[in-house]
Parts: sequence; structure tokens; C-alpha cells
Amino acid sequence: MRVWHFSEMAYPQAWDVGHRMGTFRVTVPNSHYDPVVGADIYERHFAEYELCDELGIDIMLNEHHSTLTCTNAAVPLAGAVLARTTKRSRLLLLGSPVANRPDPVRVAEEMAMIDVISRGRLEMGLVKGAPYEVAPANMNPARLMDRFWEAHDLILKAMSTQDGPFNWESENYHYRQVNIWPRPWQQPHPPVWITALSPRSGRAIAERRHVAAALLSGGIAGAMFNGYRERAAELGWAAPPDRFAYCGLVGVGHTEAEGRRRADEVAGYVRTSPIVAEPFTNPPGYNPIAANVALLKTGPTAFGARVQTFDGRTIDPTKATVQEFIDARTVFAGTPDQVFEQIRTFHREVGGFGHLLIMAQGGTLSHDETCANLRLFAEEVMPRLDTLETPENRWGEQAERSAAAQ
Amino acid sequence: MELKQRVIRDVTVAFLEEGRGRPLVYLHGGFGLAGHEAFIGHLAERFRVIAPDLPGFGATELPRSWNVVDDLACFGLDLLAEFGLDDALLAGSCLGGWVAAEMAVRSTGRIRGLVLIDATGLKFGDHLTREIADIHAMGEAEQAETLYADPSRARRDTTAMNDQELAALAQNRESFALFGWKPYMHNPVLRRWVHRIDVPALVVWGERDRMVTPDYGRNWAAALPDATFELIHDAGHYPAVEQPGASAGRIISWSEETVS
Repeated sequence: MRVWHFSEMAYPQAWDVGHRMGTFRVTVPNSHYDPVVGADIYERHFAEYELCDELGIDIMLNEHHSTLTCTNAAVPLAGAVLARTTKRSRLLLLGSPVANRPDPVRVAEEMAMIDVISRGRLEMGLVKGAPYEVAPANMNPARLMDRFWEAHDLILKAMSTQDGPFNWESENYHYRQVNIWPRPWQQPHPPVWITALSPRSGRAIAERRHVAAALLSGGIAGAMFNGYRERAAELGWAAPPDRFAYCGLVGVGHTEAEGRRRADEVAGYVRTSPIVAEPFTNPPGYNPIAANVALLKTGPTAFGARVQTFDGRTIDPTKATVQEFIDARTVFAGTPDQVFEQIRTFHREVGGFGHLLIMAQGGTLSHDETCANLRLFAEEVMPRLDTLETPENRWGEQAERSAAAQ
Repeated sequence: MELKQRVIRDVTVAFLEEGRGRPLVYLHGGFGLAGHEAFIGHLAERFRVIAPDLPGFGATELPRSWNVVDDLACFGLDLLAEFGLDDALLAGSCLGGWVAAEMAVRSTGRIRGLVLIDATGLKFGDHLTREIADIHAMGEAEQAETLYADPSRARRDTTAMNDQELAALAQNRESFALFGWKPYMHNPVLRRWVHRIDVPALVVWGERDRMVTPDYGRNWAAALPDATFELIHDAGHYPAVEQPGASAGRIISWSEETVS
């Protein structure tokens, strides 16, 4: 099991403004951002990532725009910094919101450069981007996934073509001389990761054999992983655990109380992240028609964020307790024994996964507390994760039959 | 009113057809034809009204490759030809007005007069001036305030609608974004060519439209070679919905005075 640390580099100093305005995204004026404070925030997060490099924890970065919950606004920039200052950790950029970027070839160049600077440590995440990312990018939300998959194809072709230039003129993208310098260190291109919420998306990722990552909701993860495994089996291969990743929040302490206190602070992330002004939660065309029909049937209340616990309860993530988040598999918290047990249970529940993305920092958790959280996890929990047995893939036989028929 | 169907170059088009007289083709706005029936009824007392669901709206399918307003404009011209119209009045509201203007810039060969009702499509001010309200950055309550003189007009109980109606609602919203997201609800090229609209035009505007204000409408009228501007009282962005009788009446009297 590979373990990756992730933090959004939040700006909690202005969260009172977000609460007052009823949104943490898009419309909060940046007069509430102090660059001096912001510089300290970058400094501490880079230091925490560099600690991961010492501890044998891999690194995950993401990006969001116009928001108090994430000041990492350009994943290749943070990735480039860490490509220089770390030596061992793999660098997962999860990811570049490619349907919101007008220039996929530029994305390919940036990624290739990080891969070379880091001497082949890049893991390349391509993401749809959250609905509220549409407004800052002002890219058309209608047919966004068409652009996503086309950008995906173009980026991989740009990375793996060595006898260019090649031509790419389509509905969405127009180039006549694609020929990136540098080309990536890893051949034919760095590993690709995609985040997904639905079994349908899991199936689409299985068709490309990329890593599928689920974030912050155990229920979503299980269904999406199964969609992936089922599609893989139809195509004649049994998807191994290293094709699956799950991101959960972690608070580990020498006592249960200490671990839960840390988790409670980290959970500031999930409690604020869904607070978004109504019009930016569901841009037209971002979600499929059927999903919108279901939302309209439920009425206006449907637009609030909801998370399902594993025993079927619905919780409001903006107000949930640590225990409720543990029940939803959003949080793993307590002593190292307890955290390991929670991860072990979840690992079994969703049929196994090969990558655990831990958010060991979120919300207001301080630098010292984050370092303590990371150290304890690395020393007391991480070594035991390799003892987890992979649950049986219930599509394994189907995969063999499909392969034999091919 | 019963929707009819007709295939126009592989697209199955749903449309209303009411009344007799000079043909008047009415192109709906971004929310579709629903709510415009009374207006169409008034117009049908004087005209043969043909009101299609534009591709991607209501019951008309959206061809997979279509994604720009040019597609709708060329479709509209094909529709005029398919119905054999050669002296039609062409009217459009909001997005439909934009499409009507795009059609007329391409050819007025089959168009005898143009009626723009709170139409979008042009930008008059500089890059820092937002002339077309950003409807996609508004919650439902603010949208209602922006679009209607009487915001209670916007109220609808979606929990009481059937799946087909809800799918049309969701599809309308998606298509509205598809055709009008960026540049937002206008075509920078169009302004260079509106001088080609060589037929009389009537620009009808809801006095209380906050999506595109009456001043924007006056700019529209000024940009056209031969246009009359008329305000409709107690109406917002959809005078056809809020004041169907007065709106239709204004169009009828203009056509009697202007279009022989």
C-alpha cells in the first residue's frame, strides 16, 4: 500500500468571512487574503511535504480557484517546487482540471517538465474539476466531459509522440505543430490518475487502465471501484489494487482523544469545502440530464451537500462530528491501533485499494500538530498497511472468461 | 395547443402552428416555449404563427455536433425554406431574438420584417461593462427578480412535474449554456454585420427587464438600419409571458403600419 499526504493549503484566517457570506468560493473578494500570511502558509505546507519525503510518504497536490479552502491555485507550480526540494517521494498532481484549461499541450509540457526535474517521480492526475471551478475558469460546462476526454487523449499523445510535430484540429482544440520539449522521463508517459464519483466514471477509467481515485466518501468509493472492476472484467483483465486510490482525513494520536482532536481540526476542510453559493453548485450541463431530473424531483433542498454513512444514514458534512465522519469513512481517527482497524475494515468493505491518500492536514491543524500527525502515522500505522490482504475480486472469473474469449 | 412534428434535414422539429394570415415565425428564449402559449394565441388572431422548439430545447432534439448559435441560425433559415415561407415576419425573444438577428444578417430573402423581444446577441459597452446579467451566477430568487416584473411568475413546483417535463427543463438549461456561455449571450462578429438587416424591425422591450435593460434594447434599435423601439409596461425579460396581449397587440399594429 502506498501512502500519500495531501493538504489543500487552506486559508482559515478568512473563514469567518466565508461563513458570513454563505460561500467559500468564487465571490469572496481577495481583500480578505493577506499575501504575508499566504507566504507563511505556503512555507509550512512545503515543509510538511518535505517531511513526507523523509518519512517515506508520497505527495499529493491539487488545485482550486477563487477560494478560501485551497490556496494551491496551480498544481504544476507546487509540483515544480517539490520536484526540486524532495528526493524520494512520488509526486501526484491530482490534478490538472484539463477541461477547464484552454491549452492541453501546455498541460503536457508542464507535466513533462516536472517529470524530468523530479527524475521520473510524477504521477499525472487529470480531473474533471468540481462544479464551482467552472465559474473561475469560465469554460462552458456543457459538454465538459467531451473536452475532458479529448484533452486526455491529446495530452497522452503529446507526451508519447517522439517523431512529431503532429497535427490536432478538432471541435475543441486546434494545433498544427504539437511537439513538446521536454518529453517526459517516464515512458511512454507518467502514470495517469483520474478522480471519479460514479460507477459510470469508474467504467470509463477502467477502459484506459488508469488509477481511479475516490475522495472523502466511502460509499462513493465502493460503488465506483466496483464499476471499474466490472468493466475491467468485461474487457478481460482483473483490476489489481494498485488501480484504486482512496482519500480520507487522518487524525492519529498517542491517545484516542488526541487523534480525534487532530481529526476534528483537519475536518475543518470537509466542513467548509461544500459551502458554496447556490448558482455555482450545479452549472448547466455539468451534470447529466438524468442527474438533474433526480435533483429537480427532490426540490431545492437537494442542492446541499450530503454524505452517506456506511449504515445508510445521511449526514450534513458542514456540521458533522468526527464520529459521523468516521461512520462515513471520510475520517480515520484515534490511536494508531484504532486508525489501522478503521482502514482495515474499509479496505475490506470496498474490495481493497493500493493507494491511501491521507489528508493529515486540513482546516486549522497547526504545523507542529501536522508534523506529529504525519510522524505517528508513518511510524505506527503505515508499516502495518502492507499486511492488509487483498479481498477476492468478485469479477475475477469473469475477467478470465472474457480474456479466454478474446 | 398541440405540438406538431416535422423533419428538417434530419432533425425532428417540434413546433406549434396556430392561426391564419401572414406567416410569423416565433423563436423562443432560453427557457423554451412553455408559458408563451397565450402570446402565441393572441398573435394567431392575425397571423399564421409557427413557433418551433429550437434544437436542444423542449421536444426538439439537439444534433450531437451542434454547439454554436450559427447552427441555430442556419437551422432557422432551413426552417423558413422547408415551410415554403417567403414573406414571413420573424420574431424572437431573448436567445431567440439573437438567433433571428443572426438569420437576418445571413439572408432576409424570406423575411419581410424582424421583431426582437428583449433580444440578446450584441455587446455595446467596453470590456468592463457587463450588459447582459450573468444569470448563471444567480440563485433562483435572484433570477426571478432579474427576469420578471412580477417575480412570482418564476415560481414552479418541479416536484410535481413528470420526468419528460423535467428532462426538457434540464436540457433547455444545458442548451442555453451550450450556445451562450462564451462569449456570454452575444456574438462579437454580429455587430459588424447588423447593417445587412435591410427589412423593417420592431424592438419590443419589457420596461422592467434587468437581464438586458431597456437601454440595451434602445442600443439594439439604434444599431439596426430601420427599427422602431417600444416599451411594454409591467413586464420584465419576457413580455410575451407577462403581458401577452399588449406584446402581441404592439406587434400586430406595427405590422399593419409598417409591413404592407
